[in-house]
This record gives sequence, C-alpha cells and structure tokens, in this order.
Amino acid sequence: MALPQHLLYSKEHEWAHVDGAQATIGITGYAQESLGDIVYVELPKVGAKVEQFRNVGVVESVKAVSDLFTPLSGEVTEVNDALNDDPAAVNREPYEGGWLFKLKLGNPEETKKLLGASAYENLTAE
Amino acid sequence: MSKQTALHNDHVRLGARMVPFGGFEMPIQYSSILKEHDAVRHRAGLFDLSHMGQFWLRGDDVAAWADGLTINAVATMKPLQARYNIFCNASGGAHDDTIFYRLDDAWLLVVNASNAEKMWAHLNARLPASGVTLQNEHGNAALIAIQGPKSVEMMQPHADVDLAGMRYYFCTRGNVNGVPAIIARTGYTGEDGFELFVDGERAPELWNALLEAHLDDGLEPCGLGARDVLRLEAGMPLYGHELTEEITPVQAGQTWALKMNKPAFIGKEALSAQLERDDYARIVGLVMSGRVPAREGYAVLQDGRRVGEVRSGSIAPSVGNQNVGTALVERHAAADGTKLQVEIRGTAHDATVTALPFYKRPK
Repeated sequence: MALPQHLLYSKEHEWAHVDGAQATIGITGYAQESLGDIVYVELPKVGAKVEQFRNVGVVESVKAVSDLFTPLSGEVTEVNDALNDDPAAVNREPYEGGWLFKLKLGNPEETKKLLGASAYENLTAE
Repeated sequence: MSKQTALHNDHVRLGARMVPFGGFEMPIQYSSILKEHDAVRHRAGLFDLSHMGQFWLRGDDVAAWADGLTINAVATMKPLQARYNIFCNASGGAHDDTIFYRLDDAWLLVVNASNAEKMWAHLNARLPASGVTLQNEHGNAALIAIQGPKSVEMMQPHADVDLAGMRYYFCTRGNVNGVPAIIARTGYTGEDGFELFVDGERAPELWNALLEAHLDDGLEPCGLGARDVLRLEAGMPLYGHELTEEITPVQAGQTWALKMNKPAFIGKEALSAQLERDDYARIVGLVMSGRVPAREGYAVLQDGRRVGEVRSGSIAPSVGNQNVGTALVERHAAADGTKLQVEIRGTAHDATVTALPFYKRPK
C-alpha cells in the first residue's frame, strides 16, 4: 500500500490530515496490516477534548485489543460512524473510508512533533 | 529460544506471521484470519500442527495402564480408532486433553504442545516395570491437517486409500503424494477433514504438493488464529482456557468423555464427588448482544455482581458475525438463556448464556 505523501504520521502509527484548523485522524496501512482483520473500533465521543499522544480509544482485531492514540490535541468534531457496521474499512482503505475521527485543532504547533511521509517510511522499514 | 517445525521455511515463504506458541515458532496467520476461517468453512484449509506432542506407546499393557490415567475408555477402542481423552490430576483438574490413536501394533498419543514436557514427565513417572514402552517424537514427526468440506475431494487424488469410506475418528496407514502417513479423520475445526502424521523430512514436499495442486480450488494455508476461531465456534475446549489444572472436565462440559464404570483412574473420586454435589462453576457459551468482543479474563456479571470470567472470546463469522465466548460462571448463572453482562473497559455489555456448540456443520 503506497504511503500518502501529504499526511503527517506519529510513531504510534496514526496519520493526520491537517486542513487549516481541522484534522482528520486514522491509523496507517502499516498499523492495520500489523493488527490483522479489524472487528471493532471504539472512538472518542464528539465534543471530547483529547490530548496529543494520549489514549482515546481502542482498535480490536480478531486476536488483539490495541490502544488508539491521537497524534494531535483538540476537540473531536466528528467520528466515522460507518465503522460500526464496517470496521474492515480500516483494513481496506485506512487513508480514506477507514478514517477514524476529526478534530478542531487545539495547538497547531504540535504538528512539529509528527513525522513526514519519508521519515515515517524509514521508521516502518526498520 | 523457540524451536521450528519442519515446515518453517515454507511458512516464511508464504508470508506467515510467526509467533511463539508451545515452544515453537508457529504461523498465527498467513493472509487474514477471517479469510482463512472462510476457506475452512467453505472449501478447505491446510494447517501445520507439528508443534503438538506425539508420543508412541507400545506393549501389551498400554490400554490397561492408560485407562488408569485417563477419564475416557482406552481398552475398548477398536484397531484404527481414535478417541478424545483427558488426563486429570488427583483433584480432577485437567492435566491435558489428548487424542489416542490405536494402530495395529502401537498407540499414538497426541498431546498439546504447551503440555508436552509436562505430559512426558507424567507418563514416565507412572511407567510400569514392564509391559509399556514410550517413545517421544515431539518435534521430529510432523502433523499436517486438511480441514473443510472439500477435504475428501482435494485429498483423494493424492492418497492411495479410500478417504470417503473412512469413518469419523478412525485412522489408517497409507501414502499421500507418495509420502507414508497415518491418515486420521480427526480435526479441531468443526468441519470434515484429515490429520496426516508424517516424517518431518517428508512434510515440506507433501505440504507444497497439496497447496500447489489446490490453489485454484481455494485451499488456503491456515494459522493458529483461524484455528482458534474455528474451534471456539465448534464448542471445542482449548487447554489453558476451558480446561486447566483447576478446571475439571466436568466443569468444562466434557462429562460425555467421563467413564465412571472404569474401576479406578486418577481423579475419579474427585470428579465423582463434584458431579454428586452439582454445585460447581461451569463453562458456558456466551453470545454478546453488541459489537464489542469479549476477551479472556473479562469479568462476567449478573445484576452487577461478579459471577465468573470469560475464558475465550472472538468474533464468530459462522455465528452470524456475532461476538461469542466461553465463560466459567457460577452454577446459578449457567442456565441457557440467562442474561449476563461482560465488563469491558469499565462498561457492562449484555450477553446471553447459549448452549455449545455455537456452530454445527451442515450434514
């Protein structure tokens, strides 16, 4: 799966698409592949205030429960409800239909703590 | 340091994700657990089970001796018959659950990988002065299983015995793709299928021949992840989960295998007393109402009070994609239809006690 070049990445394998004061968050292709078949996603509630790199939910595969971290702080403005019926979308299209939640950014400076595509690619190639 | 089975290089070549299990590096999945599960339910899957312990028992006294160590009957087994059996401790807890295969000249005992060392010591400590000899092939001999409704169809062109004519839980010696094998119509998935005991050195050629010949028929290499989902749907206990040194066969609902008419065996008094009292916590099936999977170790509640614990849990594609599990619960909470809750990350989620198995293959 080709790594989108326009996104920012965390070492915990989340991606963020920053668009002005908004960001869309998901997990990377590497993350979904490592987890295997995803069967359940527990997301933060709309309106919740979340802090960068803190636990905000879980992603469950057939075999394992994994914590979900947010790569950026902010207020949750929308969650991907379609994943209730189709959690496998995270496997199929982690950067598109498998997005997890959207944020109104709390601190745009935090993007400096995230990785660009090439740095993330190096991280996962290790 | 984990050991490797004879098929290790083949697993790596097929892109398997390898994990330590029972002292071996084993494939947990190749492509996807759900895809592999689907292959076994609708076509067939190929499993490497070479991590399981294989002990050969020989001598005139094997049956009488083994009957003193196990809850099910050994001496009444017919030649070429296979039978599920459980070794217990004196308190009735399960030491291991196993399968005996009676060949013409010897008995093959297959034990769980994680219990193989413990069982080898257990058997040797109780070996009579004469009449029984033991041989440990754990890690040498290979075991390949083909499981699924197309097993006979896919295997028959490779075998020199009539597979369709074989009875369930019987075995025979034969050749598969020219490789000498003990062919047993046994398995751990709830589907028809065969388990092939072969020499480790010949295992890769057999594995690869079957996969290559039936790639287009949908035969998939399957890992331990799919195997666990398949066995859970089929209501089969997994040692360490539904059976342990503390959880007895009676608690685990394996009373069908308990032969109280045998004169004496380890654990008989304890199991007899447990059955008599009928007050014990027991393994039940649970079907979750919602989408959150139940997992091993989660608390089971009834009206807010803890009445047990989840022992296995998974999404169950063959049970309407519901989340199912097993739980060890107090007797009063164990009746079919009882409404319970599973505590998951601080929230109580509704579950219903449901008779096992969750899944039965269509006849």
